[in-house]
Amino acid sequence: MTHVIACIDGSRITSAVCDYAAWASRRLEAPLNFLHVLGRSEYPVPADLSGNIGLGSREALLQELAELDEKRSRLALEQGRLMLDAAKARAMANGVASPITSRQRHGELVDTLLELESDIRLLVMGRQGEQGDTAGEHIGSHLENVVRTLHRPILVIPTDYTEPQRILIAFDGSATIRKAVEMVAASPLFRGLPCHVVMVGADKADAREQLDWARTTLEKAGFEVAARMRSGQVEEVLCGYRTEHDIDLIVMGAYGHSKIREFLVGSTTTKLILQSKIPLLLLR
Amino acid sequence: MINSFRQNWFSNLRGDLLAGMVVALALIPEAIAFSIIAGVDPKVGLYASFCIAVVTAFVGGRPGMISAATAAMAVLMVTLVKEHGLEYLLAATLLTGVLQIAMGYLKMGSLMRFVSRSVVTGFVNALAILIFMAQLPELTNVTWHVYAMTAAGLAIIYGFPYVTRAIPSPLVTIVVLTGLAMFLNLDIRTVGDMGELPDTLPVFLWPEVPLNFETLAIIFPYSVSLAVVGLLESLMTATIVDDLTDTTSDKNRECKGQGVANIASGMIGGMAGCAMIGQSVINVKSGGRTRLSTLAAGVFLLLLIVFLGEWVAQIPMAALVAVMIMVSIGTFSWGSLANLKKHPVSTSVVMLATVVVVVATHNLAIGVFVGVLLAAMFFANKVAQYKYVSSTLSEDGTTRTYRVVGQVFFASADKFVDFFDFKEAVDKVTIDLCQAHFWDITSVSALDKVVLKFRREGTAVEVIGLNEASATIVDRFALHDKPGAVDNLMGH
Repeated sequence: MTHVIACIDGSRITSAVCDYAAWASRRLEAPLNFLHVLGRSEYPVPADLSGNIGLGSREALLQELAELDEKRSRLALEQGRLMLDAAKARAMANGVASPITSRQRHGELVDTLLELESDIRLLVMGRQGEQGDTAGEHIGSHLENVVRTLHRPILVIPTDYTEPQRILIAFDGSATIRKAVEMVAASPLFRGLPCHVVMVGADKADAREQLDWARTTLEKAGFEVAARMRSGQVEEVLCGYRTEHDIDLIVMGAYGHSKIREFLVGSTTTKLILQSKIPLLLLR
Repeated sequence: MINSFRQNWFSNLRGDLLAGMVVALALIPEAIAFSIIAGVDPKVGLYASFCIAVVTAFVGGRPGMISAATAAMAVLMVTLVKEHGLEYLLAATLLTGVLQIAMGYLKMGSLMRFVSRSVVTGFVNALAILIFMAQLPELTNVTWHVYAMTAAGLAIIYGFPYVTRAIPSPLVTIVVLTGLAMFLNLDIRTVGDMGELPDTLPVFLWPEVPLNFETLAIIFPYSVSLAVVGLLESLMTATIVDDLTDTTSDKNRECKGQGVANIASGMIGGMAGCAMIGQSVINVKSGGRTRLSTLAAGVFLLLLIVFLGEWVAQIPMAALVAVMIMVSIGTFSWGSLANLKKHPVSTSVVMLATVVVVVATHNLAIGVFVGVLLAAMFFANKVAQYKYVSSTLSEDGTTRTYRVVGQVFFASADKFVDFFDFKEAVDKVTIDLCQAHFWDITSVSALDKVVLKFRREGTAVEVIGLNEASATIVDRFALHDKPGAVDNLMGH
């Protein structure tokens, strides 16, 4: 629970990841760690359809395949190192005072992050990665997996950086979001920023009560709070509110429901990640 | 989940489909040849190959590995088919599947770690020799045409890739030799002479055997051998494919998958099979990586034999023999011959023993069993040698201290006792076991023997420095530190 860990992969989103990670590291005064995971990609192999095996075919084939992999891995390793160095330099230039480190691992992103979980105070990652550069508006293939597996706060960021000035908490009264409110109140991450708490749903007495609880909790922590009750479709209301009040960051609980329900009903989290042009802080 | 599904099936479309086709072409001669070894119609092996390839594509634990009818399995069935007929073979195939699934659930796959490298090499070499030996009947008492055809076939197989690597050379061999035989109207044996070929898609059929204890008694020994050999070859092949592709596989899932595939094969009139080392290497070499390559191989195989059945019947046996000699050469680990000189004698003995036993018994399971046993004995012997005892006499000559270093267990217990000098008259003996480890009951009773022997000479004995694991076993089983020790030992 010590580091701000930022996942970079060399896609166009990388610079924004660096900037947001640097911002978070400065505010939390936490050491910053850049992570690059070298995935095992399937490379096309030169086809040899001769279909025969002769003296020592197996050994020769093993050697040939190993050599190919070696060359490619070396290149990828070198490229990753350069990328990490560039990220470190950028964060340094951004005025991060805490120690900045980097690490490069082989394997799957989710598995790697799971191993590091105890180190993570805040995970910063892009909405879509390398393959997403060409694929248009969609969620990166890793993101949902990571969000569902990891039990740490995750900052999902868009392609461009703007320093957060006003934040919004998407409040639904659930246990997750109540914990999130307490976390925001206690954390130095947003200290001093005006905070909007928005609850979407019917204006009932117990909902009011919960909203008031959120307001007082945050006010006690010294936040300037605006608590609002709105009705309508969650994504639409939140997006409307965002433009209306010029919000730069949304805090929300993520994937409260099972995969099966999501398949039938669709996930608010996924929709918000898709539509949002600003970073989302996801808490589970 | 969707991701891994994509990864497992469609991440390498072009390579997998092409490789599947190459493998399917190579599977035809093999399936026919192995049916002939087992003494059944070629269609039994062909249906089996189709079915096992398709089923393992879905339920196997190693993507990209090719399973089908194999030589290792075929040689085990010979007597069963000869004495009881095809129906019993099908019943044995079903039972083999059931046993393999059970072994999969019992996680027997992990027992593979006891099979040492030299046993694996022995297995592979023995397999290659068996495949080669199975071709000999086709090469004895025949006209010179057959020799010429076989030689020409081998020349094409290894020469054609220098012309182009885009067409499988075994296919070229078969096409050229078949055309030649038909054109010259040669009177040599063809695949059609060896038995029935498939003319329809496979249909479900239950083996017609009486469901009683007698049947079970007949098929059970065969099924056990088949199950063990099938899993051995499958797991070895899986390791080879793991190494080649630098990925991992689920060995226990593979065991169960092989079982399911064999049950399915038995139900459509196919023989038992397992993973194939040669074909899997060809698959990887041709660019196959995912489950799709295995599935494609099975499906192409079926399409080829059903629609080209007439032409398949015309293939001269000489062409098949050439292909099988290639498989045999490719399967044999030639590097192991050079290693015979370099490796320690014990390693070579294990390898050679495995080969000899297999070739003598035609049963790979027995060969591997002998190999593993030998390897374990050599290992025990080697570990037992890492032991020595030093001793010092105190200045006044009344106390001797023995320092034991190394592993004490059944193989080294006698030597351990021999180290002590019971004739020496001293007041006290200290046995320092700081750097020794006691592994089993035999070693503990050896320690007992030493202690009591000294006591009976009037020498006080002190045992010090037992490490924790040794202390547990000594405390539980030793007699020397319990009352009445001498009497107890005398009783024996």
